[in-house]
Amino acid sequence: MSTSDGDVVVTGLGATTPLGSDVASTWDALLAGRSGVSRITDDWVKDFPAQLVARLATDPAQQIDRVRARRLDRSQQVAVVAAEEAWRDSGAADAGVAHERVAVVFGTGIGGALTLLGQDDVLEEKGPKRVSPFTIPMLMPNGPAAAVGLAVGAKGGVHAPVSACASGAEAIRWGLDLLRFDRADVVLVGGAEACVHPLPMAGFAAMRAMSTRNDEPERASRPFDKARDGFVLGEGAAALVLERGDAARARGARIHARLAGAGGTADGYDLVAPHPEGEGAGRAIAAAVRDAGLTPADIGHVNAHATSTPVGDTAEAAAILSTVGEHTLVTATKSQTGHLLGAAGALESVFTILALRDQLVPATANLDDPDDDAAVQALDIVRREPRRARLDAAVNDSFGFGGHNIALVFTTA
Amino acid sequence: MSEDIQTGLAEILEEVAGVAPADATPEKSFTEDLDVDSLSMVEIATAVEDKFGVAIPDDELANIKTVGDAMSYIQKNKA
Repeated sequence: MSTSDGDVVVTGLGATTPLGSDVASTWDALLAGRSGVSRITDDWVKDFPAQLVARLATDPAQQIDRVRARRLDRSQQVAVVAAEEAWRDSGAADAGVAHERVAVVFGTGIGGALTLLGQDDVLEEKGPKRVSPFTIPMLMPNGPAAAVGLAVGAKGGVHAPVSACASGAEAIRWGLDLLRFDRADVVLVGGAEACVHPLPMAGFAAMRAMSTRNDEPERASRPFDKARDGFVLGEGAAALVLERGDAARARGARIHARLAGAGGTADGYDLVAPHPEGEGAGRAIAAAVRDAGLTPADIGHVNAHATSTPVGDTAEAAAILSTVGEHTLVTATKSQTGHLLGAAGALESVFTILALRDQLVPATANLDDPDDDAAVQALDIVRREPRRARLDAAVNDSFGFGGHNIALVFTTA
Repeated sequence: MSEDIQTGLAEILEEVAGVAPADATPEKSFTEDLDVDSLSMVEIATAVEDKFGVAIPDDELANIKTVGDAMSYIQKNKA
C-alpha cells in the first residue's frame, strides 16, 4: 500500500526539441506558432515517399562535453541535456537529497538506432575488429536512462520503460508510483528519441504512417485536420523532476504543478492500429481522472497525443469526448514539434504543465478544416492562436504501437 | 622517433579520452592517472593501429599500463 498521501509535485522541467534548446525557448516558439519541420536535403532521401523531419534546434553534441558526447548515442545525448536542465531547475542537488533516494525513469521508443545502424555499416565495410567498444552501451534501450542516472548520481534505481510512443508518459507514471510507494524521494523522469535515419524513415513510410506533404514542410503535421496524411518524425527529449509535495515544500522548492494522477491500459485490439473508438485510450483517461480524485468537469485542458494520422486522431477524439467531454480545451502540439515518439509524452507533459502555469492553451497549427468526424467536430480544439482560460486541471495522453495507453493528470501548484 | 610516438599517442589520447597533451607523459598510468577506462583502451589500440600501423593484440594490451609502455610497444613493433 501507499506510504504517502499521494501528493506528488513537479519541481523541475527540461527539454531539447525541434523548437528550442531548452524549455523556455521551446515554449516561446510553440506559442509563437513556429514550426520545427523541414524537408530533408540529404541524397539518400530522394527515393523516399516521406521526406520531412523535425530536427533538433540545437545539436546536443554541442551542449555537452566532447569526450562525453562521443560515448553517447544521440538519444542519450538529448536525454542528458534535458535531464540536466530539469535537475538544475529543481534545485534538488543543492537540497542534500541522498543519492540512494534518487531514482531515474527514462523511456525511449526506438533506442540507439543511429549507433546500431552506424556500427552495422562499420561492420560491413571494415570488419568486426573496427566495431566500437561503446556499441552496446550506446544502442541498448535503457541507454538514455542509464546515462541520465550517471549524470545526476542516481543510486535509488534506474528504469527504462519501452512502450513505443507512450514511453515518455509511461516513465512519468512509473515515477509517480515510485514516490507513492516511498521507493525514492526524488525521481527524474522523461523520454528521449533520436532516430532520424533512412531505415526508421523507410519503415514508418512503409506503414503509410508518415506525411508525404513534402513541398509544404511546415503544413505537413496537421492533427484533426481533414487533409492530414500522417505524422512527421521528430527528435529530442524532455524531463521532469518529481518529488512528494511535503518534502518539496519543506525545502522551499518552486513547484510547477502537481502530478495528480495517472492511468494506463492496453487496447488488446491490434499490434499497431488503434481501437477505432479509442476504447483503451478512454479507459486510461478515465482511470487517470479518477486516480486524481477529480471528475471530467474539472479537466479544463487536454494536450492530445494526436499525431496527424487519419485513424489515430479520430479514435483519440472519441476517447476524449466520451471521457472528458466537449467543454475541455484540446490542443495538439505535434503540429509544430513533429512526433518525438518515446519523448512525446514527456514533452507534452511539460507543455501541459506550462499551460497550467500560464493559464494559456497553445494552438493546434494547420487545423484549417477540422475533420468531419462527429467527435472531432464536437471537441473545442484550440486553433489559430493560443487561448487564455481558467485552468485548474489538465490531461496529457499518449499512445504507442502495441496498444499502450497512458494518461496523466496535472493540476495547478 | 620516440618524440613522434609520444606526440602521436598524445593526439590519440586527447581525441579518445580528453587527456590534455601535456599530461600524456611516459610515467602516467592510463587507469590510475589519466582516468582511461578499459573500453577507451580498446579504442586507443584501434587508433594506434591506424596511426602507427602497429596492431596490439588483447594479451599485449593487458600489459600496457603506462603511456611509456605504449610508446615502447609501438617503437619495438613499428615496421
